[in-house]
Amino acid sequence: MAKIIIDEERCKGCELCITACPKHILVMSEQFNKKGYHPAKQIKPEECTGCAFCAMICPDISIEVFK
Amino acid sequence: MKKVFGRPESLTDVPFTYCPGCHHGTAHRLVAEVLDEFGIREKTIGICPVGCSVFAYLFFNCDVICAAHGRAPAIATGIKRSKPDSIVFTYQGDGDLASIGTAEIVHAANRGENITVIFINNAIYGMTGGQMAPTTLVGQVTQTSPYGRDPKTMGYPIKMSEMLSTIKGATYISRVALTKPAYIVKAKKAIKKAFQVQLDGKGFSMVEILSTCPTNWGLSPVEASKWLEENMIPYYPLGEFRTPEEVA
Amino acid sequence: MGEKILMKGNEAIGEAAIRAGCRFYFGYPITPQSEITAYMAKRLLKMKDAAFVQAESEIAAINMVYGAIATGVRAMTSSSGPGISLKQEGISYIACSELPCVIVNIQRGGPGLGSIQPAQGDYFQATKGGGHGDYHLIVFAPSSVQELVDLTMDAFDLADKYRNPAMILGDGLLGQMMEAVEFKERPKVNLPDKSGWTLTGCKGRKHRYIVPFDLDPRVLEKLNKVLDEKYKRIKEKEVRYEAVNIENADLVIVAYGTVARIVKTVINNAKKEGINIGLIRPITLFPFPEKIIAETASKINKFLVVEMSLGQMIEDVKLAVSGKAEVNFYGRTGGVIPSPVEILEEVKKYL
Repeated sequence: MAKIIIDEERCKGCELCITACPKHILVMSEQFNKKGYHPAKQIKPEECTGCAFCAMICPDISIEVFK
Repeated sequence: MKKVFGRPESLTDVPFTYCPGCHHGTAHRLVAEVLDEFGIREKTIGICPVGCSVFAYLFFNCDVICAAHGRAPAIATGIKRSKPDSIVFTYQGDGDLASIGTAEIVHAANRGENITVIFINNAIYGMTGGQMAPTTLVGQVTQTSPYGRDPKTMGYPIKMSEMLSTIKGATYISRVALTKPAYIVKAKKAIKKAFQVQLDGKGFSMVEILSTCPTNWGLSPVEASKWLEENMIPYYPLGEFRTPEEVA
Repeated sequence: MGEKILMKGNEAIGEAAIRAGCRFYFGYPITPQSEITAYMAKRLLKMKDAAFVQAESEIAAINMVYGAIATGVRAMTSSSGPGISLKQEGISYIACSELPCVIVNIQRGGPGLGSIQPAQGDYFQATKGGGHGDYHLIVFAPSSVQELVDLTMDAFDLADKYRNPAMILGDGLLGQMMEAVEFKERPKVNLPDKSGWTLTGCKGRKHRYIVPFDLDPRVLEKLNKVLDEKYKRIKEKEVRYEAVNIENADLVIVAYGTVARIVKTVINNAKKEGINIGLIRPITLFPFPEKIIAETASKINKFLVVEMSLGQMIEDVKLAVSGKAEVNFYGRTGGVIPSPVEILEEVKKYL
């Protein structure tokens, strides 16, 4: 069991987390955040292993990981 | 469920002012995590530079002083000499450390000052809008090398880690990158080792972090990471150039 | 009371700094002040909780001072003209950050590499800020080795009192000459507690920072106003001068430092010829003793400013005199010291 929480307001939509996720379950949201970025969004949360690669590569520390 | 990854205590809650994908944030986090893990936040004094990370004082949850461009190692010397029980680190970019501040970094290393230097090498001047840095690659186009860096008139990109590792007073010198999780794990280890050297009173330590500047490189963050791996790492090889074992 | 000992000016500055509690010195050799650096090395390298660093440059030296004083200790650097120019960047940062330190300038002939003989060509640099931006140092102009000692100690106190860099503006003659000095017992002064702003690690409190900038113009203007208020307080409270024979003088000379010493001889020589010369000797150059000069100008209508420069302090004298009296100038430059005879000849031109 693992889950991530993305702080959409801190996210700047750089997409680095999408490239880092080995499960390919991160995408860009179609919504805008307050800064005008498309934040990252997780799809298929049940496939998340909690490897934290997304959190590690996120320059804005927008992702928290729980296991 | 337990939180296994979050914001380190050694960072404030202030959101970073850096551009999307810029590696400064990751570098800040790694330094902060190391301060947390050693439990030294409350005795650390950081020195932030002139450049994009001039605002680092807002982000690091420790005492911070802002240096003039290039002078951080001299300020660090003054702090460490007057307060030897403090942990002192400088955070410097390539224009700062490898151009205007070459004298200060070389001689801080040469005196074996017991400080830790975090050196961000992104091969460009970020805050002033993308001018050529001393570390700009040959042929790289910047505002002040609009036809590409020509070594005939602009010199070759300077390799600070290699250069400083020839200095006897330097105890630990390492170059790392942050483009993928495996590199980030290694970068964290290097930063931890650098602070360990200081905690042990063994002298000067520096970690050079190859970083992206997507905005001034004119690339997306993902493309910038790829560019760094394909162009910077071959010229600036990763690894340790000097270690405490060698010095001992 | 201490006993009188014979000491070279530069070494006396070093000893005074140490007695004032300065344990951190960062410098770079330059003539004619190198004895300060050597003296501090000899003393501080043998002391506990002290540091002496021969820096790689003047720029580095002032920045080492910047780091040390941020932790709350007393620290100083010293140099001569060309080196002081290099320090200006750091001095501006220190002034902006409102940190206390002492900087000694043992002036030599300029401009450029100039000479190594005494001069007073750094007056503008010392009193008008020196580096970029609006700021002032507290500037002392000693005239004897005893004053080098007393004013160096005062400089540390006033720097702490106002959280402002202070400068001792000497010259090669004062630095190199030997005179008897006494290190007097000094009354204890109450100085402000530093613990509210020093960087010592944030144990038990919120993290704090020293940042000499603000990108918001209104905030930066506010800081400039804070500095301005401080300079006004300094002008009100810290002016020092010596007035000699100004009551019924035929002419009043304004001179500081080495030149003022020579003028005292001129006053005696002139008396023998029936000429009555007065002297106003600024001991602080910032704040400048404008009030006494203004008052004197309403009684005496002839002034002569003598400097080892092309005429720098004369601008402040003219501002103080404000057209109420005639202000003449005599100067020697390049390291040439004016003789009593030539100054008296100059005085006679205006009588």
